[in-house]
Amino acid sequence: MKNRFKTYILLGIILLISSVFLGIFIGGVFIEPGAAIKIMLSKIPAVSGYIPVTWDETISDILFKVRIPRVLLALLVGASLSVSGAVFQGLLKNPLADPYLLGVSSGAALGAAIIILSSLPFFFFGVPVVPFAAFAGALLSMFLVYGLARNKGKISLHTLLLSGVIINFSFSALIMLIITVSNKGLAEVVVWMMGTLNNTNYDLLPYITPVALLLMFVIYMFSNDLNIIAVGEETAVFLGVKTEKVKKMLFVLTSMLTALAVSVSGLIGFVGLIIPHIARMIVGPDHRILIPVSALLGGIFLILSDTLCRSVIAPSEIPTGVVTAILGGPLFLYLLKRKK
Amino acid sequence: MKILEAKNITFGYGEKQVLNNINLSVEEADFIGIIGPNGSGKTTLLKMLCRGLKPGAGNVFFKGQDIFKLDTGFVAKNIAMVPQDETIIFPFTVFEIVMMGRSPYIKRFSWEGKEDVDIVNSAMKLADISRFKDRNIDELSSGERQRVFIARALAQMPKVLLLDEPTSHLDINHQYDILELVKKLNENVKITVIMISHDINLASKYCKKLVLLKKGRIYTEGTAKKVVTRKIIKDVYGVNVNLIKGNVLL
Repeated sequence: MKNRFKTYILLGIILLISSVFLGIFIGGVFIEPGAAIKIMLSKIPAVSGYIPVTWDETISDILFKVRIPRVLLALLVGASLSVSGAVFQGLLKNPLADPYLLGVSSGAALGAAIIILSSLPFFFFGVPVVPFAAFAGALLSMFLVYGLARNKGKISLHTLLLSGVIINFSFSALIMLIITVSNKGLAEVVVWMMGTLNNTNYDLLPYITPVALLLMFVIYMFSNDLNIIAVGEETAVFLGVKTEKVKKMLFVLTSMLTALAVSVSGLIGFVGLIIPHIARMIVGPDHRILIPVSALLGGIFLILSDTLCRSVIAPSEIPTGVVTAILGGPLFLYLLKRKK
Repeated sequence: MKILEAKNITFGYGEKQVLNNINLSVEEADFIGIIGPNGSGKTTLLKMLCRGLKPGAGNVFFKGQDIFKLDTGFVAKNIAMVPQDETIIFPFTVFEIVMMGRSPYIKRFSWEGKEDVDIVNSAMKLADISRFKDRNIDELSSGERQRVFIARALAQMPKVLLLDEPTSHLDINHQYDILELVKKLNENVKITVIMISHDINLASKYCKKLVLLKKGRIYTEGTAKKVVTRKIIKDVYGVNVNLIKGNVLL
């Protein structure tokens, strides 16, 4: 068991590193791998003296101000959405669940839409406002859904699902209402709702990365409890699982993880649904393996999708969420068919 | 010595009273059968004995300690429950499911050790499921699944084993196998057994003591001879039966 785990993780890490480099080299402008590596090495103080500067300063700028942060953002968002998806699927005992099912997405979209469509400034003392509004909206919907599903200190998963769907509908209606009455920014809202990594949020990376990693780590602590709950919610308590506590914790933690990802990337669809699914086909349903493998696979998938979306019609771009859906749908159907 | 004790247990869902002032005392190495018509509160009572459900009033004690004040992990090491059939969506293997019985013993972040694997293997052997240990749980028949859950309970190495209609999905040969297995555990390993059964004859044959529930109250309890009589069956189930050699015949 443990050896199988190590093999998958090692393989995943190798593939992930390869995708990171691929994502850094390929884009609107192709950067020679050799040159790119030289430029990156030159930033390390210990070896920088040995590397003569032979490159154009703009290439260095593209590398450090655009490519690398964007690839890292793709990695973080892909991993966060996939981990959230894996947890929601296990928790709800439903392989079709995705992290957007419980209202977080529409709450975030409402927050973002209010800022984009109103005359409020996009920057407040140099800090981008849209991600914060999206995050606040996501938390608002999370607490609404949680509050609705709570009854006598217990969380009913059916009510949770239902409240999530209803909140999604209501918030989507509100977004439509705002779009109808406002006369600017429609295209931006649409792009945001399709999800894109082409944005101004790279400066937030140093802040959200540690939070997302911490959330994933705490979620991972409960992976064996999640296994037992996925087999039977009622029987979990007979095996010593503090079911109600674990359910609440996981719901709040994964919703926050999703909110964090959505706030900096918009609603990138499909990743949270299909990546855990594909991971389960490869490694089986044990969440102790499934969660880290989903994280790695989600990162790889989003880096590669994003690389495609910024290089196919360069210098224009396709929204990242469009590419994930176009790639993800057929890939998923193929795997599903092949398994039968 | 009393291993499990229920005192003045009352429980209801909203207006509906499911259990009414139940008192039950279980000796170590006892083999108790809970019988009664559908809706008499059998499963509800069983869940309370293993911390699965909190009584509205009253207490459950394990070796004199209030079960709801004990740690859930500690309870799981001492009391195991075999639930009624459950559908499982995810393709866990039989081995993985049985290994979940070891989770009260496995610390967070650590993986199962050799000892856990040995215990799981012998639990699977006892429940006669070793030959499909690598099959997915969703490919099994409900009878096979039932035995997987028995193996999972055995992997918990409990002092008390609770079974909710363990033979309900089984053919007679497997009914016999399961009950013989439970009997063996009760006699050789001195595991205390509390079993719900809808089959009065099987319960009479295997249990040392029967508890008959009617509408949330204990109607009567004692040996099969005392509990299973024409008059009592008529009073509780409302049917006229004949008894031949202590067996109920319609």
